[in-house]
Amino acid sequence: MRDTSPPPPIITLEGVEKYYGDYHALRGISAEIGQGEFFSLLGPSGCGKTTLLRAIAGFEDISQGRILLDGRDMEGVPPNKRPTNMVFQSYAIFPHLSVAENVGFGLRKSSLSAEEKKTAVGEALEMVGLGGYGTRAAHALSGGQRQRVALARALILKPKVLLLDEPLSALDKKMREQMQTELRRLQRQVGITFILVTHDQEEALIMSDRIAVMFEGEIAQLAPPQELYRRPATRRVGEFIGMMNFLPAEVQGAQGDLVEVDVAGLGRAKLAQDQCPMGAAGKASIGLRPESLTLLFDGQGAERVAAGTVDEVTYYGDMTYYDIQLDGAPGVVSVSMRNMPGRRVLERGDRADLAWDPRAMVLFC
Amino acid sequence: MGLSTRLRRAARTESARGLALVSPPLFYALLMLAAPLGTILLFSFWTQDFLTIDRTFTLDNYREALSDPLYGELLFRSLRIAGAVTVVTVLLAFPIAYFVSFHVRPDRKSLWLFLITIPFWTSYLIRVFLWRVILAFDGPVNGTLMGLGIIDEPLSWILYNANAVVITLAHAFAPFAILPIFVSLERIDRSLLEAARDLGENRVMTFLRVTLPLAMPGVLAATLIVFIPTIGDYVTPRLVGGSGGTMIANMIQTQFMRLNNAPLGSTLAVIAMLSVTVISVALILLTRRWTRGPR
Repeated sequence: MRDTSPPPPIITLEGVEKYYGDYHALRGISAEIGQGEFFSLLGPSGCGKTTLLRAIAGFEDISQGRILLDGRDMEGVPPNKRPTNMVFQSYAIFPHLSVAENVGFGLRKSSLSAEEKKTAVGEALEMVGLGGYGTRAAHALSGGQRQRVALARALILKPKVLLLDEPLSALDKKMREQMQTELRRLQRQVGITFILVTHDQEEALIMSDRIAVMFEGEIAQLAPPQELYRRPATRRVGEFIGMMNFLPAEVQGAQGDLVEVDVAGLGRAKLAQDQCPMGAAGKASIGLRPESLTLLFDGQGAERVAAGTVDEVTYYGDMTYYDIQLDGAPGVVSVSMRNMPGRRVLERGDRADLAWDPRAMVLFC
Repeated sequence: MGLSTRLRRAARTESARGLALVSPPLFYALLMLAAPLGTILLFSFWTQDFLTIDRTFTLDNYREALSDPLYGELLFRSLRIAGAVTVVTVLLAFPIAYFVSFHVRPDRKSLWLFLITIPFWTSYLIRVFLWRVILAFDGPVNGTLMGLGIIDEPLSWILYNANAVVITLAHAFAPFAILPIFVSLERIDRSLLEAARDLGENRVMTFLRVTLPLAMPGVLAATLIVFIPTIGDYVTPRLVGGSGGTMIANMIQTQFMRLNNAPLGSTLAVIAMLSVTVISVALILLTRRWTRGPR
C-alpha cells in the first residue's frame, strides 16, 4: 500500500487564469501536486490541460494567479530556468543529432567532465531500455524508441517535475500498454513528480496517483482513480470516466444519514449521500456503473430485483455487455457480465431480471 | 507476345512514363547545354589565327592562361567578388527569411514572399542601371549624405569599382537566397526549439544549437545559388564595375568578340567553371555534417 497522507507539494497552482484574446482557456485552476506524485490532467481536447502543462513548463504566460514550483513563484521565469523538463507529444527529437547527443543535449552547462557526461548518457539510455543505441542516428528510430530517448533526455537532468504531453498517443495499442507500465515503474524508480496530460481515461486510471478531470478550462474533479470512478462529482465526470448509466430519480427525503430516492425502473433506495444537500426533495438522477448491475440467471435470488427486456448484446469474449430496457424506465441501461463456464449468453428479446446494489449508486442533483 | 503489345506494356511502366515526361527538357538541355559545353571544351584545345581555326590539339591556351598573371588576377578577383556577394547576400537574407518564417502570421507569409519578389518585376538590366544612378557621384546616396552633413564630398568608393558590383549583385540575388533559407526554416518542427529551451538553453544557444544547424541545407543552397552565377556575371561589372571591378567573364567576352581568340576565351571559361566546381564541391563536403540524411 502506498502512503495515503498527502506528500508535501512540489507544485502549487493558485487561481491560475489564462486568456487568449477573448477565449478563456484556464479558469481559476487551483491545486497542489505532491512530491513524487504521479499526477494526471485528464480531459477532452480543448479543455485546457495542455495549456496548463505548458504554463507549468514556462511556454505560456498566465494571465492571473500564481504557479509555485518548489515554493518559488515562476512568474517571468523562462523555461530554461525552471526545474521542469518535458516530454513533447511529437517527442521533439533533434534530427541532426545522434541518440547520445540528444540525450546529452541538456548537459552542456553541467559541471560534469566529458567522461562523466558519457557515463550519465549511457546510464540514462540503460534506464529506458536503450542501452547501446547511443551512436544511432535519431531519425532512424521507431516511435517507441523516440519516446524513450525523449524520456532519457529529460530525466538525465534530474528535474523536480517531469511533464508529459500526451506521450503515448502516437503509439500503437500494444506499445502503449507496455509503456504505461514502464512509465509507472520509471516514476517509482526515479521518485520525482510526473505530470501527465492525456485524453485517455483508462490511461489516467492505470497510471495515476491522482487525476484532475478538466472541462472547459476548469478542474471538474480532483481525486485518486478509485474515488473518481466510484464517486464522480458530476454527471459529466461520470460519463467521461468509464461507462455510466443514468436513471431519473425522485428524492423523497432524508432519514438520518440516508437519503431516500425513488429510482425509475429499479425502485426505492436509501443512499448514504454527501453530494446532495440533505433533505433536498425533488428531481435528480442516479448514476450506476454497468458492473454494479447483475443479471440474475435461473435459481439466483436477490433482495432487490428489477425486470426488463434485452435490447442489444455485445460479446467481448471475457465479458458480455447487455443493453436492457427496464420496465417503467426511459432508455436502456448497460450491464456487463463476466462470461463464466456454464453461464449462457442471453439473446435480444429475452426477458431478464436484474439485481442492484444501492451502495454502488451515485446521486446527482 | 507481339512486339506492339510489348511496346504498349513497356509504355505503361512507371519509368517509361517518366522518360516521356523528361525527354523534351532533356533534349533541350542536351542541345543547349551539353553541346555548347562540348564545343567550348574542344575550342580550348585549338588555336585561332585571325579568322581561321587551327584544329591541332594543343595545351598552349592553358599554358598561357595559367602563366599570364592578368588572367589569374581576374579569376581571383571574380572569386573574391562572388564570395563577397555571397556572404553579404546570405547574411542579409537570413534575418529576412527568419523574420518571415518565425514572426509573420502564417496567413501573411505568402504575401511577404510575394513582396520579396518585387525586385524581379523590372528587368535585370534596368535594375543595374538604376544602381548606377543611385550610387552616382551626384546620385541620391551622395546627395543625401552630403545634405545631412555626414560627408563633405561625394563618396568615390561606391561606384565604378568592386564595391558597386557587390552592392548591385547582392540586391539582385537577395530573393534567390531568401527563399531556400525560408523553406528550410519553415521545415523546422517548432517543438524542437521548445525542447531546447526546456533542456536549459537560452534563445541564442537554441538558435546556434538547433535552428542554425537545421537551416544549413537552405543556407548551403542559397550560397551555391548566389555564388555560382555571380562568378560568371558580366553585365554588372561591365556597367558599374569600372576597371577595378572587371571580372573573368568580361575577359572571356573580350577574347571572343574583340581579340578574335575564341580558343583562349574557351580556355578561360573552362578554368572558371572548374574553379566554381571545385569550390562548390568543397562547400558541399564541408557542410555534410548538417545537410545529409533524411530529415
